[in-house]
Amino acid sequence: MDFINAIIVLTNYTIIPALTYGSQLALGAIFVTLIYGILRFANFATGDMMSFGTMFAVLLTYYFQSKGVSFGFLPTALLTIPFATVAMIFYMLIIDKTVFSYYRIKKSPPVQFAMVSVGVMFVTQAIIRIIIGTTDRRFLDGEKFILKASEFKEITGLNEGLTIKSTQAITIIITIIVVSIIFWFLNKTKTGTSMRAYSDNEDLALLSGIDPKKVVMITWIIAGVLATIGGILYGLDKSYRPFVYFNNMLPIFAAAIVGGIGKPFGAFLGGYVIAFAEIFLTYAYKKFFSYLLPSNIMPDSMLQFISTDYKFAISFSILVLVLLFRPSGIFEGKKL
Amino acid sequence: MRKYEDIITAYTIILLLIFVVGIFQSWSTALTIFNYCLISAVMTIGANIQWGYAGLINFGIMGYTALGGLAVVLVSVSPVPEAWRVGGSNMLISLGVIVGSIFLIKYIIKKIPKSKKRNYIISAIIITGLILLRIISVPAIENIEAVDPAKTGFLGGLGLPVLFSWIVGGLFAAGIAFIIGKVALGLRADYLAIATLLIAEIVVSIIKHEDWLARGVKNVIGLKRPAPYEVNLQTSPWFIDLVEKIHSSKLSMITSITDKQNLLNQLVIESSSVFVKLCFASLFLTVVVVLLILTQKALYSPWGRMMRAIRDNEDAANAMGKNVVKQHLLIFILGSAIVGLAGAMMVTNDGLFTPGSYRPMRYTFVIWVMVIVGGTGNNFGAILGGFVVWFLWVQAAPIALFFIELFTSHLPETHYLKLHLIESAPYFRFLLVGLGLLIIMRYRPQGILPEKIVKH
Repeated sequence: MDFINAIIVLTNYTIIPALTYGSQLALGAIFVTLIYGILRFANFATGDMMSFGTMFAVLLTYYFQSKGVSFGFLPTALLTIPFATVAMIFYMLIIDKTVFSYYRIKKSPPVQFAMVSVGVMFVTQAIIRIIIGTTDRRFLDGEKFILKASEFKEITGLNEGLTIKSTQAITIIITIIVVSIIFWFLNKTKTGTSMRAYSDNEDLALLSGIDPKKVVMITWIIAGVLATIGGILYGLDKSYRPFVYFNNMLPIFAAAIVGGIGKPFGAFLGGYVIAFAEIFLTYAYKKFFSYLLPSNIMPDSMLQFISTDYKFAISFSILVLVLLFRPSGIFEGKKL
Repeated sequence: MRKYEDIITAYTIILLLIFVVGIFQSWSTALTIFNYCLISAVMTIGANIQWGYAGLINFGIMGYTALGGLAVVLVSVSPVPEAWRVGGSNMLISLGVIVGSIFLIKYIIKKIPKSKKRNYIISAIIITGLILLRIISVPAIENIEAVDPAKTGFLGGLGLPVLFSWIVGGLFAAGIAFIIGKVALGLRADYLAIATLLIAEIVVSIIKHEDWLARGVKNVIGLKRPAPYEVNLQTSPWFIDLVEKIHSSKLSMITSITDKQNLLNQLVIESSSVFVKLCFASLFLTVVVVLLILTQKALYSPWGRMMRAIRDNEDAANAMGKNVVKQHLLIFILGSAIVGLAGAMMVTNDGLFTPGSYRPMRYTFVIWVMVIVGGTGNNFGAILGGFVVWFLWVQAAPIALFFIELFTSHLPETHYLKLHLIESAPYFRFLLVGLGLLIIMRYRPQGILPEKIVKH
């Protein structure tokens, strides 16, 4: 019985949150990796672009709520996804047209692109702050829990409860749907194949008649979808704060590099690698071991590897280890 | 003289702008801006050495700045004897454990050939080291942080003069840059950018959360100054005489003695803050000029030519027998040390150390914008960039307010759009700086003052 209790503790506090957080990172990491693979630069505006899309969802949620529109037991924010995505794609295409396309035609080095994306980051952040401010906002409504700890305890008769928040379930389900559609699109459709061809070898792709403008446009559209949905899911699960999104960029980049930059499937898995490492290493295992170990040898401390304050150190260590030992990512050889 | 025409014009314009602020707002504000411009200039010199001379992207500027600030606390604050008594020895032993395990690992890497066995031994050393650290340091940290937590709760510093900490700040930054450089310098440019960005976050989070070191987010206030204090100035007779002399014409117009005395008191209070800022300004200016001379000399020396060769074509430079990796490491350390120095200068200027205020936007990306706007590879340009961008960064809110008032003048005072815009005026600085960067990148990619290659 104690063993099952211990497993439930672990599932409740680490596995489910890590799956949720990993999904959010994975969406962002695919976004980074697509931009890197096809447009060939590290986009430092990633976090703020996700924040930008989420901002629309937050504002539309408030609007819908004021009009009395709701989505039943699901959060209203899900209804706003299509509108927010369209706005985001529109913004990205404008940015590409006015900023990035100039450097693409000039064939500037990636470093210059990266610096330009820093400029885009400043502007995006300014627009977000001017429109919505910097305060912490929660825009989750509808049912909060799918499974409450008390209900779980009643059903199973265990000491420990298992909680599944609706945002966690929604995040995982939507991620599965979005990611499968994107992988289907990249692998099975003609446009997707031409995108991969362009990513692998630009010159050959151009030679075989692939229209670069179309490829770039489709990339931004997919990027817009990923950025908005990833951002909204993160905002629903935690809360919406522009500054946090900027910081999320770091684990997202780490995930993309861990998965081998330019490889969408690697980035998808990389998101979970980073999330699981972060949560497993910062979780205090005291409660978990209290079920497994007899009380006389139970240590006093929290049994925590690293304090949560240093979660960046985990992303960084993984990143450095990967770059030193497997520079092309830990999922080498698996081609998508 | 023709050679320097652009430089002189550009600097005259920006100094005039600061002058205008002095006339229309106040001299104290203008000098604050000027001092921060000088500090930014030191930072940009550091960043420009890395980016302009060698083409290395270092997005970790925030980390070195924070380390420089930490150095001020560790050097100039007087030690807390009580904290040293309860936990000092344990902390020293912990330091010994860290140093010991590093040397042990180095020794093993040297002695045992590369193998699985070596990896296991190294990881065993790291794990035992970490466990030892925990056992030794945790009770000591608790004891130290319990010593009068409202005022101290940390080990304190060495109690040395504050100017000494500027050098130490540079050394701290150089030390961490050496470690980072060893690990990350072989990476591609964009990987290096992300790695340094992460390291800076780690450095700042260590400073924020290790309260025993420098009080963490509880801040350290009342740091020493290399300049006189306003309160002391206001009571010293020579200063009052000086103020009286400067404003003698103004004072002589007033006949009533009490009015005269009141005006004099007010003038003394105002001038004391200006005087202190002038002292800082002259110190900072000395640093900037010395650095400028040194970096200019370096840029046009054979070493500078070699760095440019490495930047422009690494492979060719390598083929010519230049050790690219070693030079990159050297320049990474030099640039970081200068940024660390700037960080120490900044904390000295503020008189307080607030780890919570270190944010990547302000301390990394704005500095990068300064380098790119000013002119990569040109020291005069980098310093100018520091001045221009800092000026914009500070004056963006007033400028934005002016335009908001202008464009919404037809709206009633309580219109929600107008109120919202006025409330968000401070955020326009991001817009201004971002647009500035984008425009410069597009239309003048070499910056306001482009790099000049002197032909020999």
